Amino acid sequence: MTTTFTRQDFQSDQEVRWCPGCGDYTILASVQTFMAEAGIAKEDVVFVSGIGCAARFPYYMDVYGMHSIHGRAPAIASGISAARPELSVWVVSGDGDALSIGGNHLIHALRRNMNIKILLFNNQIYGLTKGQYSPTSEAGKRTKSSPMGSIDHPFNPVSLALGAEASFVARTLDMDRAHTIEMLTAAHEHRGSALIEIYQNCNVFNDKAFADLTAKDSRDANQIRLVHGEKILFDGGRKGVALEEGRAFIVDVEEFGDDIVHTHDATLQDPSTAFALSRLSHGPHGPTPIGIFRNAARAVYEDALEAQISSATAAKGPGDLTSVLGSNGTWEVG
Amino acid sequence: MATTQDSAPPTTDRELRERVVIRFAGDSGDGMQLAGARFTDASAAFGNDLATLPNFPAEIRAPAGTLAGVSAFQIHIAGGDILTPGDSPDVLVAMNPAALKKNIDDLKPGGVIVANTDSFEERNLAKAGYDVNPLEDGSLDGYNLLTAPMDELTKEAVKDSGVKGREVLRSKNFFALGALAWMFDRPQEPTLDWVADKFSGKPTVLAANTAAFKAGYNYGITTEAFAVTTFEVPPADLPSGTYTNVVGNQTIAWGLIAGARAAGLPLFYASYPITPASDVLHELSRHKNFGIKTFQAEDEIAAVGAALGASFVGQLGVTGTSGPGLALKSETISLALMAELPLVIVDVQRGGPSTGLPTKTEQSDLMMAIHGRHGEAPLPVVSASSPSDAFEAAIEACRIAVKYMTPVILLSDGYIGTSSEPWRLPNVADLPTFPTTFATEANHDDGYMPYLRDPETLARPWAVPGTPGLEHRVGGLEKDQLSGNVSYVPANHGAMTITRENKTKAVANDIPEIVIEEDADAKILVVAWGSTYSAVLAGVRNSRLEGHKVAHVHLRHLNPFPRNLGEVLARYPKVLVPELNRGQLSRLLRAEYLTPTVSLSKVQGQPFMAAEIKAKIIEMLEA
Repeated sequence: MTTTFTRQDFQSDQEVRWCPGCGDYTILASVQTFMAEAGIAKEDVVFVSGIGCAARFPYYMDVYGMHSIHGRAPAIASGISAARPELSVWVVSGDGDALSIGGNHLIHALRRNMNIKILLFNNQIYGLTKGQYSPTSEAGKRTKSSPMGSIDHPFNPVSLALGAEASFVARTLDMDRAHTIEMLTAAHEHRGSALIEIYQNCNVFNDKAFADLTAKDSRDANQIRLVHGEKILFDGGRKGVALEEGRAFIVDVEEFGDDIVHTHDATLQDPSTAFALSRLSHGPHGPTPIGIFRNAARAVYEDALEAQISSATAAKGPGDLTSVLGSNGTWEVG
Repeated sequence: MATTQDSAPPTTDRELRERVVIRFAGDSGDGMQLAGARFTDASAAFGNDLATLPNFPAEIRAPAGTLAGVSAFQIHIAGGDILTPGDSPDVLVAMNPAALKKNIDDLKPGGVIVANTDSFEERNLAKAGYDVNPLEDGSLDGYNLLTAPMDELTKEAVKDSGVKGREVLRSKNFFALGALAWMFDRPQEPTLDWVADKFSGKPTVLAANTAAFKAGYNYGITTEAFAVTTFEVPPADLPSGTYTNVVGNQTIAWGLIAGARAAGLPLFYASYPITPASDVLHELSRHKNFGIKTFQAEDEIAAVGAALGASFVGQLGVTGTSGPGLALKSETISLALMAELPLVIVDVQRGGPSTGLPTKTEQSDLMMAIHGRHGEAPLPVVSASSPSDAFEAAIEACRIAVKYMTPVILLSDGYIGTSSEPWRLPNVADLPTFPTTFATEANHDDGYMPYLRDPETLARPWAVPGTPGLEHRVGGLEKDQLSGNVSYVPANHGAMTITRENKTKAVANDIPEIVIEEDADAKILVVAWGSTYSAVLAGVRNSRLEGHKVAHVHLRHLNPFPRNLGEVLARYPKVLVPELNRGQLSRLLRAEYLTPTVSLSKVQGQPFMAAEIKAKIIEMLEA
């Protein structure tokens, strides 16, 4: 039986309780729309989250879900997907959850290439605890816990994921629903780990953090759209991205022509080029790549696990407890 | 010199002993654990009852020749029923001066020392802190000293095998093993077969170990000094059946397989390597043909998280660890308790706190198992009492976890985990079954209510992903007592807290009453749990042999306690609680039943000796 689901089918009966104007609302709508459009059977979907504003997400999705512990969602999701590889497993996390307390689980899930899709809502602030600097906050940021300015150097989440050899890494913007849905669809179709960094505006504690990329008067100049197979051009084609000696940099196309502009190939096995592209910006200030950095095929943990079970069963036959209990050697008494 | 003589040894000059305790001791690189394990298998094949106790340094290779680097393996073999690895050895094999120095105080007066004279040279003597050679200064006159130049004899024996350089002396443990096999009339085949199998890919090592073993055996035959002190330990009179020799970490793994099978669920075991629990992971990893999935996680927290994830989607999630790891898993165990999902957490306890004594045994995680979580977070705790008992204990942990939809902590310890004993194999067809029922349809007029409970067990239903129409969310926030939706209603939190408590209490209706090893008119009750079983029982029996009236109970269930425990405690004027901690069960009993218990505490990383239990019983009776 094939059931067709609508966006409404993915909406739970729980009242959505994010702050009015929060970017999370848009992301939730994008995810629900994507799920319906992708034709995913909702009983096969599991959303796992940690702690933070974003972590309330599963309560609003009428699928199976677990609102778990701060930072641990990738570990729990790994267990879910390893146990039941046929499920569609999604992690919703934030910059504090995924990159601070849960950094270890994030990199190991990506390293193993677990078939889980990780949505990293990056608002560059701790929202739920009311406004401390996060591991993606810019250096010098003044918050309640850094009144003289943060002295922490921030993570670049895309660089971090690529460093862990994530097989799919993308970046999108909360307000751009079409692009978000495009990224979700590509992540869903990718087999293996996918990390999507979503720039998400926290209008209460860190408003307009992404204004360079979203404001009408600046977005064209600052959004570098990465499209597989196409030259990386932006600012109305006036600028482009070139690569030299492993480093990516911005060139003036009007001056140098577009021959030196790099043609994006997201499928490269070597993550170096994707990493170079991720270094074009550090934090959403000035020209920043948006889109799929990497979408490469790599061995998937769940497939290897199932293969080992199959080969062990083929070699030894299905498990026989009696023979295991006697496997140390036995002797008879009486 | 070794000979190739193969005639049957004369038995007339053998000393018949009902039981003998042997300790193999040497440098951690000398292969003493292997020698002990091989001697164990040969003894099992011979039909002895036995118990073993390995004792190895935490360092993989402590400096050679030092006291810190001494590794030992004790085995107690007997013609009768056996309980413990023995208090004091009758025979000490000392491969170097440090091994002698570290173990000589434990040897029984008049006991036998088998020493490798080649290693008693200046450098090794100095490293062990001897100014003069104890083999020569008369300080061992109270013992029966047997010596052999094992390095030289081994070199000679293996010269045609093809092993070279440092490999040559690696075979000397087999020389010692051969000599002991002779002394105790062990059959040679189990060891030679094992060597042939183990080293089939390394023909030179196979040849060297075989030659060294035979040379040691023949050295016994041809050397008078060994011949007059051989022992004969007759086969034990055990109940009839098929026996095997098991260590506890293995039986826990097998019990988990049996538990998952009984529940009709796939087993998912996630763990992070930690001494002394890693062997549970190793063992389960070998059995993928059962469909078992093992997941070596990036840390302890991820391990329990992955196990909980597997449970959420309808498998039996299990994680294993030791004390430091249990501390790290605490927050996730609380989530499992809040989400009300089955989860088994195996804690193979070791000496603590902090890194403590990783390779030594202790029972000091009991309070952490029962209380070590934030919030009001009660959960069932069960314990294993011996290597063979660990099988049933693991099945019981699985049963409670699935039936009550709760995390369950299973306490083992380093002693159970690494020591061995014979086990009469159960008939697999007779093992308990407790099939799991998943929710498949709405259980309420308003749809599926994830927290609508079974009135008897208070367990909530288990609906797993893939089931259409039962989509729901669980999580760490307090739940509405019916829908499971987030609820901040004050009265709901109170009701849910008490319900979770009552659910754990309900387990008491579902476990056997405590059985007393009754002694008519006993004036003292000894209450124990976990790996102290064998030493406590031996101490109790030895007290009775001397005419004392003693009763004994041993607890498997530590939370909740068996429902008749309070009444049993009240029957006896004195209650002794021996534990390898500072009196944790004793305090729990005092708190629960207001019983004036007396704690016998030992925290030295070593099991109790039966004599310590007996001495305390008599002291209390005579007080």
